[in-house]
Order: sequence, then structure tokens, then C-alpha cells
Amino acid sequence: MPLSLTIAVVAIPLLMFLFLGLAGVKMGRKLTGVLGVIGMGVTTVIAYGVALTYFFDPSYIVDGVRKAVIVWNPDWLSFTKDYVVRMGIAVDPIAAMMLVVITTISFFVHLYSLGYMSDHHGNPEKGFQRFYADLALFTFSMLGLVVATNLFQIFVFFEMVGVSSYLLIGFYYHSPAAIHASKKAFIVTRLADLFFLLGIMILGFYTKSFDFFNQNGLTGICDSMTAAQLAVGKAQGATFMGCSVMAWALTFIFIGGAGKSAMYPLHIWLPDAMEGPTPVSALIHAATMVVAGVFLVARLFPLYVIEQGAMEIICVVGAFTAFYAAAIACVQSDIKRALAFSTISQIAFMMTSLAVSSADGQLIEIHEGFGLGYMASMFHLFTHAMFKALLFLCAGAIIHAVHSNENCDMHGLHKYMPITSIAFLIGCLAIAGIPPFAGFWSKDEILVACYEKGLGWGLWMSAVAGMTAFYMFRIYFLIFHWKEHKVHTEHKPADQVWTMTLPLIVLAAISVVAGFVPMHDLVTWDGKELHTQLNWTVAGSSVAIACVGIALAFVMYYKENTIPAKMKSTFSGLWEAAYHRFYMDELYQFITHKVIFKAICAPIAWFDRKFIDGFMNMLADVTSQAAYGIRRLQSGSIQGYVYLYIMGALLIAVVSMVCVLM
Amino acid sequence: MDYSQFLLMPQELGLLLVFLLVFIYDTFMPQRSQRALPVFTTVLFAIYTAISFVPCQLGEAFGGMMELNQATWAMKNILNVGMFLVLLQAAKWTNSDFVSVRRGEFYELLLLTLFGMFLMISARHFLLFVIGLETASLPIAALAAFEKNRYESHEAAAKYVFTAIFSSAIFLLGISFVYGIAGTLYFNDIATNLMGEKSALLILAVAFVIAGVGFKLSLVPFHQWTADVYQGAPTAVTAYLSVISKGAAAFSFLVILAQVFGAAYSAVWEWMLYAIIILTISIGNLFAMRQRNLKRFLAYSSISQAGYIMLGVIAVNTLGMASMMYYVLVYIFSNLAAFGVIAAIERQAGKTTTDDYNGLFKTNPWLAFTMMLAMFSLGGIPPFAGFFSKFFIFVGACNTGSVAIYVLVLIALINTIISLYYYLLVVKAMFIRQDECAIPTIKSACPERISMILCVLGIILIGLVSCIYVYLTEATESVSSMFSMI
Repeated sequence: MPLSLTIAVVAIPLLMFLFLGLAGVKMGRKLTGVLGVIGMGVTTVIAYGVALTYFFDPSYIVDGVRKAVIVWNPDWLSFTKDYVVRMGIAVDPIAAMMLVVITTISFFVHLYSLGYMSDHHGNPEKGFQRFYADLALFTFSMLGLVVATNLFQIFVFFEMVGVSSYLLIGFYYHSPAAIHASKKAFIVTRLADLFFLLGIMILGFYTKSFDFFNQNGLTGICDSMTAAQLAVGKAQGATFMGCSVMAWALTFIFIGGAGKSAMYPLHIWLPDAMEGPTPVSALIHAATMVVAGVFLVARLFPLYVIEQGAMEIICVVGAFTAFYAAAIACVQSDIKRALAFSTISQIAFMMTSLAVSSADGQLIEIHEGFGLGYMASMFHLFTHAMFKALLFLCAGAIIHAVHSNENCDMHGLHKYMPITSIAFLIGCLAIAGIPPFAGFWSKDEILVACYEKGLGWGLWMSAVAGMTAFYMFRIYFLIFHWKEHKVHTEHKPADQVWTMTLPLIVLAAISVVAGFVPMHDLVTWDGKELHTQLNWTVAGSSVAIACVGIALAFVMYYKENTIPAKMKSTFSGLWEAAYHRFYMDELYQFITHKVIFKAICAPIAWFDRKFIDGFMNMLADVTSQAAYGIRRLQSGSIQGYVYLYIMGALLIAVVSMVCVLM
Repeated sequence: MDYSQFLLMPQELGLLLVFLLVFIYDTFMPQRSQRALPVFTTVLFAIYTAISFVPCQLGEAFGGMMELNQATWAMKNILNVGMFLVLLQAAKWTNSDFVSVRRGEFYELLLLTLFGMFLMISARHFLLFVIGLETASLPIAALAAFEKNRYESHEAAAKYVFTAIFSSAIFLLGISFVYGIAGTLYFNDIATNLMGEKSALLILAVAFVIAGVGFKLSLVPFHQWTADVYQGAPTAVTAYLSVISKGAAAFSFLVILAQVFGAAYSAVWEWMLYAIIILTISIGNLFAMRQRNLKRFLAYSSISQAGYIMLGVIAVNTLGMASMMYYVLVYIFSNLAAFGVIAAIERQAGKTTTDDYNGLFKTNPWLAFTMMLAMFSLGGIPPFAGFFSKFFIFVGACNTGSVAIYVLVLIALINTIISLYYYLLVVKAMFIRQDECAIPTIKSACPERISMILCVLGIILIGLVSCIYVYLTEATESVSSMFSMI
């Protein structure tokens, strides 16, 4: 399949968005949904074709290096000859992998939504067509982001992803919670994107280029290590406040990525985003959009390798976020929120893994096996997308069956929803890192990379991995076991319709086998094959830790008992703090309302009202007076017109004569 | 005589062919098939427009009296596209009572004026230019008077014909001065002979030439016919006057200024034009603010838009020329979208004031939507085409780098903000204000609908499809020798 078909992969969702958005209302719900699924199915098939061609056609490997292929890259805005913004499509290992991830999850979410969105507490869902149009818009934005050929394009699609996420979180716009959540998500990510834009400007100013890849004699900024060194070298050691400008730029860009990828302290929007419909959470807030930040850092990886300062920041932020979110996930009672914190923690794994790939010294010696972290991160991104989407879709099925997000309304569902239960269990085993499920292979590589950086980093991440196993199985046992729930005997929950169950089964199957994808041959930072082998010490210990976590969860949550209550009262302070997410939201509330609004915004508003508005009103008054004053010029009499005409011409001539000849 | 040089005017010949076919159809076809004349003309013109895009041979013809180059070729194509939209919008109107008996004349006159404009654009000799100018001007008086039964239509025609004759006289006087100084009417020869010339007569001549062309562009203070004629003339004619006529005049104005008076740029006419541009933009804006009649309002808005177009002219470089052409293209789509809506509503409900548009969104959402996009584009709100055209025209002007131009652009920017006020007033009337007896739902005719859809697509897409602008810059790059005098 020719790579130029990538254009179709991006274009079909856009056309679907336009078509479903404009004609959906007239088409009826069923047709809209089916068209959406078919369109996405076609996109998925083409995307697979493109990715398989790229990965397995040897002609794309030159001297053992899998080269990026620029399919299409027209100039979009050419300000000057060198300063050109392009919009294009490029396929390289991570883009091809992301194409697969996005289209797979998006397709299953489209299919699943046929069932999930058909009714809302028994009533037909309003805005069903809008939902499918927005899903298509999101898919388009995300695909455009991953195939971007330059930073500016990534930024444009970053924003579009944000907008479509905003639309989908606020899908139930009658509910105040959904509105708040959508605003929060949009504002927080926008704030982060401001830094991203600053970073782009600094980077663009010094490197004189936005492009990633070399093409037609143009040098991309991160086509290879050499290109990256050349790009960074253009800053000629310019510094700002003691750090090189490049480090600033890359840190700012990372902040942009951190906003989308919900890194501490910009994570606060993600748990609230769970107010959106669950299929949306599965697609956007588990599998695709939230990894945009990881993707961004991976895209600029060669630059980050050179600017180790920025890399260290990412490493610390990632490691802390992983632990912090895992701790919160251990006590949440709302299953979607628990899964959301689990997502934050897992994305932090990917970030950390990217950032531990440190090169040695100032001169950047790339040692043998360098880039393991990069590969592991992308591997984990891939497997995590699959099993986290699976978990969310399971959660959606459960919520659909019991009409509640709280685990106290669930309990003992295993008997009633066996397929969902087994699928959820597979998801839990995968995320906990039990072989041979997908998560084991990717997480193991991450841990190996962390141990390479230092024993401390490795131990820390291993501990978080243990917590992951614990909290996931806590959720699993609380939903499907614990005790028999009285309500269920009257109102029997059951496995959902086939459109919702089929995605669960397929994703569960993928979660079992995804770990065997030879990622180290396919997706590496420099396009070369990376030779890895299983590190038995790390693998063994991580499995052992995971088993301990699962066993702990089993003891505490399998059958109804008093241990959790005792634990809660013993560590009540800690428990409360974790339950309230360590009061981060309250802190933000305090800072925004008390500090920023009162101390900064109020004076500005006053100045705005008194001076800016006053000045503008004065201008408007003057303009309006002038407009009234000159009305006599237009008398309607033709003699007057001609008189003014000739006088005007003569006046201009005379004034010019006076000026020029005197 | 070398007849092959006629190949250098393919667009003019094509237009003449269209004219002849329409004429034959009008004269010889039986009465019952006359109703199909608008469709016949429109389809024929569409075919001709499409064929005109085929690249052709470029060069000078008739001993250097006219020239076909990349830029003139592109400009004529832009005008063709605009003309096509006007024809679409006029189709329904020409079949209405009172007008239908003379509909053949309408199309023939309209096509002939376009022919005149093509001559203006291609002319490299003042004689040919004047012929083009007159061919383009005089039939418009007849067109303005087309609705014989309406008093305003007469008034418009009378005012137009008076002012047009007067301005032609002034223009010819200016040219005779130029002939007196330079002894020739060929653009290139005049330029050579005027080298270093700096006399009172030359200044007077330049002022008169500016006044003559400024009349067509409705620059202040040569603008006063505009409002009355725009209001009184049939809407299709107003639409034609406001975009096509203006575009052609602006282009030929730039050619004259750069090629003929290029050497006298900084000495003579740079400051004249600064004053005229500032006056045009500001006065147009100030008058537009107070208008309640939409056609009159668009007349003043078009005066101030002409000021922006002149920013591309005053830059006198290839970038300015490209952005001027781009501006005209975008302006064609935006203004014709507005006129399309006005024409549809005027024809069916007979209402043309802003207050009549209250609550339009409720009854006619698509018309209101089209009008909104047109206003946004005219006001220069991103991401619509109008924003990009304003942006590029400012960039083109600033590119010359003189401080005076920065001041000029600043004033233009302030005026853009003022203009937003009145453009948004229309949007406010349609979307926010309510009215018990809003204009009832209107079923627009098929050609009108096509033209509005094309306009909306143009407004949304032209700005985003950057290859158009890139193409125009390349086209003007190829005629950069025109600016060698500056």
C-alpha cells in the first residue's frame, strides 16, 4: 500500500466530521452511527496498510536506518523565503505506530458508542449525531498531530485536539459538572499551550526552522543527532538567567506536553474530564490525547538528548507524578476517577522512561543500547493505549448496567457480567505487569531503562509498579467481588449488547498479545534496530512485586471484611489526604480565586474599566461626532459633487506644487 | 499587419465571442426561448472563464500598445470569476417583470464594460486606455437606469453620467498635459521622457490622472456619486460596480503610477496618495457608520475598502501588487456574498435597511449565515479570507520600510477597528435583535444559491489555500521590471 494513502487516513475523518456535522441532523441516528463506524473502519484499514508497509517494506530502510518519509509537505504560509510554515504529512516509526493506535481505539470507540450512546438513563440520547461528528473531529486532529512535519503544525493540531476534547467532555452540556470539567480541561491545557507556543517561538527564532525532517536541502531540527546538534548550535550558547535558551525552549515545550499529558501539577483537569461520556474517556483521556505530550517529547527527542537540563526536569516530574497519582488511585471510590489517576501514573511512566535516556557528557557520546528508554516508552504507550481503553470501555459497560460510577453500587458483578469481568481482569493483569500480558513486556523495558540510570530511579519506579498492581486489583475486586449486592437481585445487570461487548473481547485479545510486537526492531529513536534481551533480575523482581500487590488487594478486597475500614481509621490523615487528591484542587482554587483574582485581576479590571474603556468610549464619541459633523458633505446635489471633485483635485495639485517646488 | 498578435489577447477575444453569441441569441431566437437567455449567458461565460485559465502565449501586441503578462492575465481571470458570480446573482432579476423585455441589453452592456476593463488592464498606451475607460464607464449609466420604472434608478444614472463625463474630461486634460511634456502617449516612452522632470505642469497632470482614475475607484474626494448610484442602481449593477469595476481600476491605476509616473514617485505623487488614502479610509468609515440603508452602507464600506486596496498600490512593488490582486479577489467574494443576500431579500421582501434585518437568523438562517461570513470577511476577522487579504496588504505596504507607510498602516489598522463596529451592527441585527414581523422565509433561486455557496466557500477557503497567494506573488514577480523606476 503506498504511503501517500496517509493523506486519506487524515482526510477521511475530516470529511466525516463535515458530513456528519452538517447532514447528521437530517440523517437520523442509526444511519449517522453506522456511517461513522464504516468511515472509521475504512480509515483503520488504510492506516494498518500504511503502517505495515512502512514497517515491513525493506525499501524504507537505508543503511540499516528506517528513514522518515515525507508524503506531502506544501508551503502554507510563506512569510519570507526561509521563514515558511508548512502543513504536511510525514510517516516515521512513531507516527506509523500512533496511526495504528489512534485508528484502532477510535474504531472500537465508534462501534462501542453505537450501543453506549443509544440511550441516556432510558431516554434516547440527544445529540447522538453531534457526538459522532465530534469524535470524527477529534480523530482527525489527533491524526494530523502525529503526522505533522513541523512544530507549528503540531501546535495547530494540539489546539484542535484541545477543542474537540472540550466539546466532548462538555457533551452533556445540561450538567453543570460537565461544563465545569470541560472549561477546566480547556483552560488548564490552554495555559500549558501558552508555554508551548513560547517554546516554539524561541526554538524557531534560534534555529530558523520549524521542520522536523530534512527535505529538499532543508535541514530539519531533529531528523538526526547531527541535525539536532546543528539546530542547537545555532543558538551559539545564548543564555537566559543562567540556562541556555534551548533548555528554556525545550522546558516550555515540555510544559505544553505536560498540560495535555496531565503531569503534576497540571494534572487536575484529567480526573474531572471523566464527566464526559465513557467512550470519550476511553478514546481521549486514556489512549490518545493524553499521550500527545509524550509524543511531543519523543518527537523532539534528539534535542532533549542534547539539552540534558530539560531532560532532568522531565525525569523528576515524571517520577513524582507516577507515584503521586498511584497513591491517589489507591483510595478513589469512583471507578472512572480511579482509572483516570491510573492513567496519569502510567503516562508518567512513559515520560520518565523517555527522560532516563541520558547521554554521557557534554559531547554526547551515544553508547551501545542508548535509547532503550525511548523504545520502552513508545512500547508502553502502545500497550497502555490498548489495555487502558479496554478498562475504560469495561467501566462504561458496568456504568451502563448499574447507572452509577461509585464502586459501592457495584460489588459482586462477576456473576452477572462474566464477559466484562474477564475482559476487565485481563486489563488489570496487563497493567499490573503479569507475563505474558502486554503490560509486562513494556513495563519491564521501562524498569530496565530506569535501573540503568540509577538504582534509586529503578527502585522508585518498581515500587510504583507494585502500587499499580494493588490499586487495579482493588478496583477489580470491589466491582466484581467483595459481596453480593442486594439491588442486583431485583434489577439484574448483564453484559451489554454486542456492539459494546465485541470491542471488549477484541481489545482483551490485543492486550494479551500486544507484548509480542517486536517493538525494538520497529520503533527506535534513530530508526536502527535496538538489541535488547530480557533482564531476568528486573523481570523477576517486578513480577514478584506485582504479585505482592495483587495478593495484598486480594486479602483486603476479595471478600467483604473490615481490614479496609481499619486501615482507613489507622491512617485516617493519609487516607483523607489521598482521597482529596492531596488538596491540589483546593490549592488551585485558593491561588486562582484568592490570589490571582483579588490581587492581580481586580486592579487590572479597574484599570480596564476606567482607563481603557474610558479612552475607547471617548474615541467612539469623537468618531460618532465626526460622522455626524461631516454629513453635510454628502448633500445629494450633483453640482456640489462636481465642485468638490474639481476643488479636491486642484487642492491636491496646489499643495503638492507648494511642497515640491518650494 | 501581423494577425498572429491577436493571439496575445485571448481573453478579450473570448469575451467578444461570448458577447456575439449572446447578441445573436438575443436577436434571432424566438420569444419563448428568451427566458433561457440568463442561463445561456451564464453557462457560456462559465465555459469561457474556465478556458481562460489555460495558460497562453504572453507578450506585447500592436506595436507596444497592449501587453499580456502573467499579472494582467491573472487579474483578468480574477475579474472573470467575479463577473461569473455577478451573472449568477442577476439571473433571477433579469427575468422579472419590467426588466425582462430588455434583458438581452443588460447582458450585452455588462459584457462590453468588462471588455473595456480588459483593455484598461492591458493598455500600454494612453489612447487605448481612454478607449477602455470609456467603454467601461458609459454603458454603466445605461445599466444604472435599467429599472426604468423607479425614480431612484434614473437619479443614479443621471448622477453617474454627469460625474463620469466630468471626470473623463479632467482625465483627458491631464493626459494632454502629459503629452505636452513628454511628447508621446506610450507608457514606456513617457516614463523615459519624464525622467528627472519636476514641473508644476507635471504635478497638475498627475493630480488630474489620479482624479480621473480615482473616480472609478471612488477615492475621496472623487467619491460622492458612489452612495447615490449604489443605492439607486439595480442591485446586480451595484454589485458589479463595487467589485469588478473597482478591481480593474485599481490594477490599471497601479500600472499607470508605476510604469508612467514611476520616476516621479517620491517627488510628486507619493504624498498625494497618502493623503487620499487616509481620507478615503476614514471618510468612508465615518459615513458608513451612520447608514441605515444597506446598499448605501455597502457603498461607503466599498469606499473605505478602496482605501485598503490603494495600500497595495502605494507600496509600488511586486509584493504590494500581489497583495492588491489578492485583496481584490477576496473582496469580490466577500462583497458579492453580501450583495447576493441583499438582492435576494430585496427582490422578495422589498426591504433594504438594517432594521428590516432584525431577527433574520430565525426566519432565514442560511442567508443570515452567509451575510455574517461576508461581514466578518469584510471586517477582517480571522480565519476568514478577509483577514488574510488585509494582513497581506499591510505586509506588502510595510515591506517598503518607510516610516510614513508605517503611520499609514497604523491609521488603516485603527480604521479596521472602527469598521468592525458597523459590520458587526448588521450581524447584531440579524442574530441578536428580535423582531415580531421579521422578513419571512425566503426561497432563493437556484443560481443565486449557487453564487452564495461559491462565495461562502471562497470566504472560508481562499485564506487557507495559500497557493493562491503564492501564485500571485510569482505572477507579479515576473513583471518586476515595471517597478524599476521607483
